[in-house]
Amino acid sequence: METLKAQKKDKKKSTAIRITGAEAIIHCLLAEGVDLIYGYPGGAIMPVYDELYKFQDKLTHILTRHEQGATHAAQGYARVSGRVGVAMATSGPGATNLVTGIADAQIDSTPMVCITGQVARHLLGSDAFQETDIVGISTPVTKWNYQITRAEEIPEIMAKAFYIAKSGRPGPVLVDITKNAQFDELDFVYEKCTGVRSYKPAPEPELSAIEKAAELINNAKKPYIVFGQGVILGEAEEQLKALVEKAGIPAAWTILGLSAMDTDHPLNVGMVGMHGNYGPNVLTNECDVLVAIGMRFDDRVTGNLETYAKQAKVIHFEIDPAEVNKNVKADVAVLGNAKETLELLLPLVNKNEHKEWLAEFEAKHKIEYDTLIEKDIYPTKPGLTMGEVIEQINVASKHKAVIVSDVGQHQMIACRYAKFKQTKSNITSGGLGTMGFALPAAIGAKMGAMDREVVAIIGDGGYQMTIQELGVIFQHNLPVKIVVLNNDHLGMVRQWQELFFERRYASTVMTNPDFVKIAEGYHIKSRRVVERSELKDAVEEMMASKDPYFLEVRVEKEDNVFPMVPTGASISDIILK
Amino acid sequence: MEKQWFTISVYSENHVGLLNRISGIFLKRHINIESLNVSKSEIDGVSKFTIVIYSTEDWAIKIVNQIEKQVEVIKAYYHTDDETIYQESALFKVASHLLFDERQIQNIIKEHHSQIVTVSREFFVLAKTGRRHEIDEMHEALEPYGIMQFVRTGRIAVSKDAMPITNILAEFQNQ
Repeated sequence: METLKAQKKDKKKSTAIRITGAEAIIHCLLAEGVDLIYGYPGGAIMPVYDELYKFQDKLTHILTRHEQGATHAAQGYARVSGRVGVAMATSGPGATNLVTGIADAQIDSTPMVCITGQVARHLLGSDAFQETDIVGISTPVTKWNYQITRAEEIPEIMAKAFYIAKSGRPGPVLVDITKNAQFDELDFVYEKCTGVRSYKPAPEPELSAIEKAAELINNAKKPYIVFGQGVILGEAEEQLKALVEKAGIPAAWTILGLSAMDTDHPLNVGMVGMHGNYGPNVLTNECDVLVAIGMRFDDRVTGNLETYAKQAKVIHFEIDPAEVNKNVKADVAVLGNAKETLELLLPLVNKNEHKEWLAEFEAKHKIEYDTLIEKDIYPTKPGLTMGEVIEQINVASKHKAVIVSDVGQHQMIACRYAKFKQTKSNITSGGLGTMGFALPAAIGAKMGAMDREVVAIIGDGGYQMTIQELGVIFQHNLPVKIVVLNNDHLGMVRQWQELFFERRYASTVMTNPDFVKIAEGYHIKSRRVVERSELKDAVEEMMASKDPYFLEVRVEKEDNVFPMVPTGASISDIILK
Repeated sequence: MEKQWFTISVYSENHVGLLNRISGIFLKRHINIESLNVSKSEIDGVSKFTIVIYSTEDWAIKIVNQIEKQVEVIKAYYHTDDETIYQESALFKVASHLLFDERQIQNIIKEHHSQIVTVSREFFVLAKTGRRHEIDEMHEALEPYGIMQFVRTGRIAVSKDAMPITNILAEFQNQ
């Protein structure tokens, strides 16, 4: 293909080996440094699985119990390790089951390569058994996708897939491979892709924009940084910290930016967004310069755009030009990789302190602490809170664990209260809000960071969406710690029903099974906590365990997550209780 | 912001599936594609999409940014009508006896500067190239006599300003 810059047409055939397409796929994966993939076999991908069997000393395949689990595991792996996650499935239902994870990876910019089998080329379009147009289906939710119908295409397309998934703003790529292309032979030569002519991964930083940004920052009385996952993906954590410290700027984070900066750093003022902290939300509308770094002004962050940071000059550090001016108009757009642009900015920024401005954050924090944080994490009333469970995990893990959360109330509580010292430690489904994400993602996270504790925090609703992945944890004895915060409700929806639908609890009450028995069925050590007095001991036992551990905590059934910015409201109108 | 006509020009690799990817960008935002033309461009192996929308400039910019973000898109532009030279083409199939029975038909052909593409015993085909309103005017003139078939292409357009695709491709080669 002409688009591969690195291609050398006169490559000597003598370096080529004659192998099948299926074996070529394995060689491509190995050449890309892949040693772990998640997947599920089936008819149209069987030739590749046959090769996986032969290469199992070099390439570990984890059989998830559902293809969706394979994508989330690949995502969890990618998010903790910074490497490309790989998921594999057969055609038809195998492929369509990947779609939720692909959409999640797309909106959360997670590098992932999905490989699907497809019916043989001569059957395409004939409604053959397990034929589905996965390229058509996945187009809106992939960064790139391609259907391989000839074995010779495999090396170039696979190289391109990994390059595109990882470079620039990362994302999911799907490669669909017809069965004939897996069986047929080719002369295999692999060359890594170093460029695609129609694709510019990251814009070149413009010094003039950086100078303008520095000028705005240097003249600001109330500068404020909001950072997102772009800092983590761009590996700009050190540069962010240096900027925050040198210019004395309070910094808040989106939930995907969480863990890019030590949560105990004095200039880390907390979380923005619907259930974010009081000061970081309200003071967005009082700062004079808003420095957005690697974040995309999601509606859950901004609330009503008409009243969002209107008083501020906005500087947007962003790798994806399509994000600039999409939701919030930028006065200065600094395009490029955050690490590069922040490094160029640093020498231009004056040393500064903004003590009075920072004191405003502290004052707001005190209000929030006295109104609700203290009651959340050190409650005295009967009934366990989600917040106190997270706080116990903080204490027992010494802020060193990877926290994988699902979606809902427990997720917001986990993001609000979990403490982190290390980057790439908060794994959650942000943009798509995929219930069922956490259990399989925790499997991937553990395998991507075997030396670290991985704690999955899951609600009773989301847990039952992918509960079958306990089978993987059991089969491989993966020491993942699973905490289900059980309130017998779909808690976040119930909260909305209480607040906005006059307590009409439509389909949010759940009669749950005995989760401890289910875990025991998988031979996973487990314990249930009903009383506050048992919590500390149970969390300590869980964290000390060398084996997988399941902990069910029966929490208060009808607690709400506050603060809250109601949908469509201004972030200034955040409700504290 | 005022709505107006925009011509979006997209230079891309010639790959299957890209049309689906691009049309999805409009679909997702409920922006109707008024006309669409795909052809080769001035550069060998590079395709050109010409898409017409009726929208605000703000949306035109966002759409162009989203299109340009696609891996196989080299560059996308948007232009107002004033910034482009644009045309459409149309074919009219009309019954042959009208040529002899209705003298006015010959005048219509002359007045509208249209060409006779083919004539058979049963029908003849007229071709007309021009602005949308010119084609509409010819359609109106012929309609009373009966049009057997009518078809019009999407807009094709070239911009008054340069679209320096060759430079972009050269820059990539030199990297």
